[in-house]
Amino acid sequence: MLEINNLHVKLEDEDKQILKGLTLSVEAGSVHAIMGPNGSGKSTLSYVLSGRDGYQVTDGTATLDGEDLLSMEPEDRAAAGLFLAFQYPVEIPGVGNMTFLRTAVNAQRKARGEPELSAGDFLKLVRAKAKDLKIDAEMLKRPVNVGFSGGEKKRNEILQMAMLEPRMCILDETDSGLDVDAMKLVSDGVNALRDAGRAFLVITHYQRLLDHIKPDVVHIMADGRIVKSGGPELALEVEKNGYADILAEVSA
Amino acid sequence: MTAAAATSPRAARFAARLKATGDRLSGLELPASSAWMARARDAALSRLKGMGLPEKRDEYWRYTDPARLIQEPATPVPVFVISDEAPVFDAIDRLKLVFVDGVFDPEASDELTGEGLEICRLSEAGQADIHWAQDLYGILEARGQAPVARPLAALNTATATDGVLIRATGKVSRPVALVYRRRDPGAEMRLHHVIRVEPGAELTVLESGPGAARSSVVLEADLAEGSALHHVRTQGRDHARVGVTHVFARVAAQAHLKSFTLSVNGALVRNEAVVWLEGEEGSAHVAGAAMGDGAFLHDDTVFITHSAPGCESRQVFKKVLHNGAVGVFQGKILVERAAQLTDGYQISQSLLMDERSQFLAKPELEIYADNVKCSHGSTSGELDADHLFYLRARGIGQEEAKRLLILSFLGEALDEIARDDLADDMRDRLRGWLERHGD
Repeated sequence: MLEINNLHVKLEDEDKQILKGLTLSVEAGSVHAIMGPNGSGKSTLSYVLSGRDGYQVTDGTATLDGEDLLSMEPEDRAAAGLFLAFQYPVEIPGVGNMTFLRTAVNAQRKARGEPELSAGDFLKLVRAKAKDLKIDAEMLKRPVNVGFSGGEKKRNEILQMAMLEPRMCILDETDSGLDVDAMKLVSDGVNALRDAGRAFLVITHYQRLLDHIKPDVVHIMADGRIVKSGGPELALEVEKNGYADILAEVSA
Repeated sequence: MTAAAATSPRAARFAARLKATGDRLSGLELPASSAWMARARDAALSRLKGMGLPEKRDEYWRYTDPARLIQEPATPVPVFVISDEAPVFDAIDRLKLVFVDGVFDPEASDELTGEGLEICRLSEAGQADIHWAQDLYGILEARGQAPVARPLAALNTATATDGVLIRATGKVSRPVALVYRRRDPGAEMRLHHVIRVEPGAELTVLESGPGAARSSVVLEADLAEGSALHHVRTQGRDHARVGVTHVFARVAAQAHLKSFTLSVNGALVRNEAVVWLEGEEGSAHVAGAAMGDGAFLHDDTVFITHSAPGCESRQVFKKVLHNGAVGVFQGKILVERAAQLTDGYQISQSLLMDERSQFLAKPELEIYADNVKCSHGSTSGELDADHLFYLRARGIGQEEAKRLLILSFLGEALDEIARDDLADDMRDRLRGWLERHGD
C-alpha cells in the first residue's frame, strides 16, 4: 500500500539532511511500528509523507497504491486515503470542531466523487463515534483543540481518523502526553479501525503504546534510515536494553 | 502691527485652507428650509468655515488622504450591478426606505409607518416650524467637533439633501432598513439621519448599498434611558466606492448601542463613530469587518467617551487585506474622571494576505479615573501556516481552508451583531463574497 524507496530529505532552509535513504513497505491490513531515538527523523518522515512545507526531497520515492505521494498537495493526499495523527495537534481559535469535521468529511467525499453527507446524517455519525472516544458534546462545540488537554487533543485526532476513514494511517507519537486511561481509549479507537483494507504506521519512542496496538512489524530508525526490522519482539528488546545495543550491533 | 509680521507659514497655510474651503462651499447651495433647519445649517456652515476642510497633513488624516472626499465634482463611477446574489437583508422582514442617488424614493419604499415608530423625511421636517429633531439635528455633530475636528460631518449637516428622522417609542421588532441605490454614475449623496430611541424603546436600523459615486452619511442617534439601538450596515461590493460616514451617538443610563459594519471592496471609505456614554451602566459596542483587494483603503476611526460610571464599551475591528490594500484604524477610549468602574475594550487586527498590503493603526487610551478596566490590542499578521496545513492535511482544499480561517478571523467582529438572524445573514454574505473572490 505505502511504498517508500530510498527517500532522502533535507530541510528547505538549511543544509541539513534528515532522511538518508529510507526504504519501507507497508502492506494493506498490517500495522507497522517505527521506533527510534530522538532526532532519528521519525517526525520528519510523517510530515514529508503528509505534505508539510519546509522539506525538500532530494532523492527517492514514496507512493500510496502506486500513486506518487510526493507530487500531491496535502489535501489530495488526504483524499487519496492518507491520514496523519499529529504529535502536536494544532489549536485553531474561531473554527468550531464540528464545522471543521463536517468540512473535512465533505471535502474528501467531494474529491472522491461521493455525495456530501446531510447535516443530520453527519450529526448522527459524529455523535456515535465521539461517544466511543468519550468526547462529549461540549468538546465538539468548542473551537478546534482550543483549551483541550493533551489527552483530549489526541482523542480528537482519533475521532477525525474515525470520521474520515483513511486507508493509510500514520500515528506520530500519539502516546506522548497520554495517561494510562487515555492511552487505552486511544488504542481502542485505533484497534476498532483495524481491518484488511487499512494499514497503520505507528511512530513511537516507547514500547508501551505497542502493548495496546499490537504491531505486525517493528522497524528501528536511526540517523534517517531504517536500520533494523523484525517482529514485535524487537520492541521488547528496545524496552529492555534501550537503543544503544541495537545501534551498536547495526554499525558493527 | 503690519500684515507681513502676522503671516507665519502656519497662519498662511491655515488662511489657504480657509480660502480653499470657501471656494469649495461657494458652489454649494443650502437646501431651502424652515427657520430651525436653516439655523442648524447656517451654524454648521460657520463651524466648517472656522475649521476648514481636512487636509492630508492633519494628524487625524495622516493615514487617509481626504482629497478624493473633497475635490469637486466627484469622479463619475459606472454603476456597479450585482446580479449574482440577492440584495443584502432581502430575507429579513423589514420596513424598507429606499434612496436613489441620495434622494428618497417613495415609490420603491414602504409606507413611513410602523408600530412604535414615527418616521419623517428630512426634507419634510425641514419645512415644519417645529420638530422633535431640532434638538438633535447638527447638535450631536457639533458636539463631536471637539476635541477633534470632523469638518466633513459639518459639511454634511449644512448641505445634506435628504435623510430620515426616526423616533422609536416602543420595542420595535421590525428593523428599519435604509437602502441606497444608484442610477446616475456621477451622483453625489449627502444623507443625514436622526434617530431618537425613547426611554425603554428598542430599534434596529439597517443600512446597505453603494448609494452614489461619492457619499457622505451622517447618523445622529440619541439613546434615552434604558433604550437600545442596533445598527447593522453593509458597504459593498462596488470597487470604486468613495465615501465617508459618521455616527454620533449619545447613550443614556442603561441604554445599549450596538453598531456593526461589514465592508467589502471600495476605493476609499472612512467610517467614523463618536459615542458618549453619559449615564450609568450604559454600553456601546462598535465593530467592523472589512475585506479589500488592490486599490482599497478602509479607515475606521472611533472615539468613545466614558463620562458616567459603570459603563462598558467595546471596539472590535478586523480587516483582511489583499494585493496592496490598506487598512486604517484610529480608535480612542477616553475615560473621564467621573467614569469609575469603566470597562473598556479595544481590539484592531489585520490579516495581511501578502507583503504589499498594509495596516496602519493608532490605538489610544486616555484615562482620568483611577478605578477602571481598560485593555487594547492591535496586531497584524498573515494566515498561520500551521493552521493551514492542519486543515489541508484533513482534506480541506487550500482555498477553502483559507476561507475558513478568514471567517474565523473576522468572527470576533461578527459576534458583535446583536440579532442572530442578522448575524447569520452577514456570515452567509461574507462566505459568498469570499468564494467569489477566490483568494
